[in-house]
Amino acid sequence: MINSLKSVTIFICLIVFGYSHAQQVGKVIPSVKLKTLDGNFISTDDFNNDGKPIILDFWATWCKPCVNELNAIQEVYADWAKETGVKVIAVSIDDARTMATVAPFVNGKGWDYEIYLDPNSDLKRAMNVNMVPQTFVLNGKKEIVKHHSSYTPGSEEKLIEEVRKLIAGDTSKSN
Amino acid sequence: MQKTLPVLIGTIFFSWSLISSTFAQQLPNGISGAFQADAATYKPDSLIGAPDVPEKMGLNSYMDLKYVNGNFKAGIRYEVYLNALQGYDPRYKGTGITNRYASYTYENLEITAGSFYEQFGSGLIFRTYYDYDLGYDNPMDGINIKYNTHGLYAKAFVGRQRAFFEYGPGIVRGIDGEVHLAEMFPDLKWGQHNLIIGGSFVSKYQADNDPIYKLPENVGASAARLNYTNGPLNLFAEYAYKINDPSLVNGGIYKPGQSLYVSGTYSKKGFGFNAAFKRIDNMNFRSDRNESVNVLNINFIPAISKNQTYRLATLYPYASQVNGEIGAMAEVFYTCKPGSFLGGKYGTGININSSNIHDIKRSYTGDEYGYNSNFFAIGDTVFYQDINVEVTKKINKNLKVVATYIYQTYNQTVVEGKSKSPLVFADVAVLDFTYKFSSTKSLRMELQGLWTKQDRGDWVFVLAELNVIKNLSVVLYDEYNYGNADEKLQLHFVNGGLVYNHNATRVALGYGKQRSGLLCVGGVCRLVPASNGLTFSISTSF
Repeated sequence: MINSLKSVTIFICLIVFGYSHAQQVGKVIPSVKLKTLDGNFISTDDFNNDGKPIILDFWATWCKPCVNELNAIQEVYADWAKETGVKVIAVSIDDARTMATVAPFVNGKGWDYEIYLDPNSDLKRAMNVNMVPQTFVLNGKKEIVKHHSSYTPGSEEKLIEEVRKLIAGDTSKSN
Repeated sequence: MQKTLPVLIGTIFFSWSLISSTFAQQLPNGISGAFQADAATYKPDSLIGAPDVPEKMGLNSYMDLKYVNGNFKAGIRYEVYLNALQGYDPRYKGTGITNRYASYTYENLEITAGSFYEQFGSGLIFRTYYDYDLGYDNPMDGINIKYNTHGLYAKAFVGRQRAFFEYGPGIVRGIDGEVHLAEMFPDLKWGQHNLIIGGSFVSKYQADNDPIYKLPENVGASAARLNYTNGPLNLFAEYAYKINDPSLVNGGIYKPGQSLYVSGTYSKKGFGFNAAFKRIDNMNFRSDRNESVNVLNINFIPAISKNQTYRLATLYPYASQVNGEIGAMAEVFYTCKPGSFLGGKYGTGININSSNIHDIKRSYTGDEYGYNSNFFAIGDTVFYQDINVEVTKKINKNLKVVATYIYQTYNQTVVEGKSKSPLVFADVAVLDFTYKFSSTKSLRMELQGLWTKQDRGDWVFVLAELNVIKNLSVVLYDEYNYGNADEKLQLHFVNGGLVYNHNATRVALGYGKQRSGLLCVGGVCRLVPASNGLTFSISTSF
């Protein structure tokens, strides 16, 4: 009883500490190696959209809401890109079981995103992604300005709103 | 009840601190983390088989804290099981720091001391990873070194493996090298060709304290792999061999193990094809020869079959059999263009997937080697077969439908260890509708049916998910075993819940009954017992 009470207290302290001292928003994305669809390595440092915003989307072929989100964005992607110059980078967390499926899946869907693989969950861990889908809006300096988890139809609007704010020069950190 | 009180207080406190701090501003650079807690209350229900849980409530939780400063990284994870949720290994008990590491990168060299997650090739001989939902966590605790130069990527590690709040008895050592030929020899005319070759060796040491048998104390496993890509084409193959390693799982036989995984994909915009072959023979590889299930695995041998996610399609999920299986899978993705006959106004997506997995062919020898097996011969016992057809169609601006049909053949005896159960033949049909009232308001409905003459008979499942209030989803579903041969067991499993999402935070509250079954993520499964009660879940990252 005393022991569990002590543990819970420590736990609460950890959480309060965590919360009062940190926010992922505002940070540059960590430097982590990912794989390209043809097996090569690429570092997140090489993510590039000529200083324009990037939407970084964590997904998996077996994750229905993830696929729904990327399908929904695909329908408006050309318009978004034309309006704001935004680029979508979709990082698949599919592991050895389904990793080979990613390229045929993406091509079969006709998606136009830049696709990378994170089979050992290195970037997923580094960015504290505990479930998919999870989406980050990055500004031109690759700093996180918005972090959104899960997907419901229409929630992609929040992402482009954030991108529009960035384009309009509104640098206030939305929370 | 006494015991659960501090936990309840704790839960309320941290929910409060979480919600109040969602609006907190960022502070020092470099710190980030994640937090998740899942709690459930348990009421016994003999009809559905929900046990009487003395502590009445379970709580699983963790918090990750990370610090990054330039080339230096460090982190810890604190875990809480007071007590573990039903269906998790009861050795997850209490609280503690289970994971801590520091890592430094200097140019092309990266050194990690402490807990680490690593993978060689496709994982046939080595992969450590973490899956909170499965209660699966087998990181190495030791040192890990990575180095790369001119297309050569090398890794080496030595460590012990985490098992609950302790370490396994074995010491594991490994090296891996991968050569990216196009990067190493850029002057050759590669064009679209890309060739990568790799090899790895992993060895575990566990003392032999057996009074009777002479067991191998050092068990070595090696693997070689190749990946060739050429534009739309991608071929991958990996072969692994492991010396004799008698264990609890393989029945103590001295036969060496081997495994082959081959996959080939061809895809270009609008079309994708994927085929894979896998043969596993006696590949149980753990840092404790006496462990089983999801504990202290050194390697990762996932199922080759489609990863099902619709509720009724997961009633009979396949999990790979490390003692031996041979199987193949093929899959096609195609989008019928808008304006075509099948495409209609908005286009139609089609996905067909089929897999067929059998036992390997064995002739039993009666000696310490157990059996002989012809490499490409297929055994008579069916483990799993399925065919999946999925059609995705946008009907109009507001309505989208995904229609799925699945035919499954499932070996309960092998996958679930049930004694002498017949093969299950099941038809599954799913209609998944999403209707948008406006750009952000929607209703999603799933209608599912599963029809079988075996096991528990026929099921229907209905789900409605309403998203009309900002950030809030209301979910209601019923799973109904209307075809159970025993009328008393023709039960409804009704659940209702609320899910709140704001930025990186998700809070879910649910109430209802849950049937027993296997929960599978990424091809690894955990048996979840029936339960009845309230569930609460919160997750966030910061």
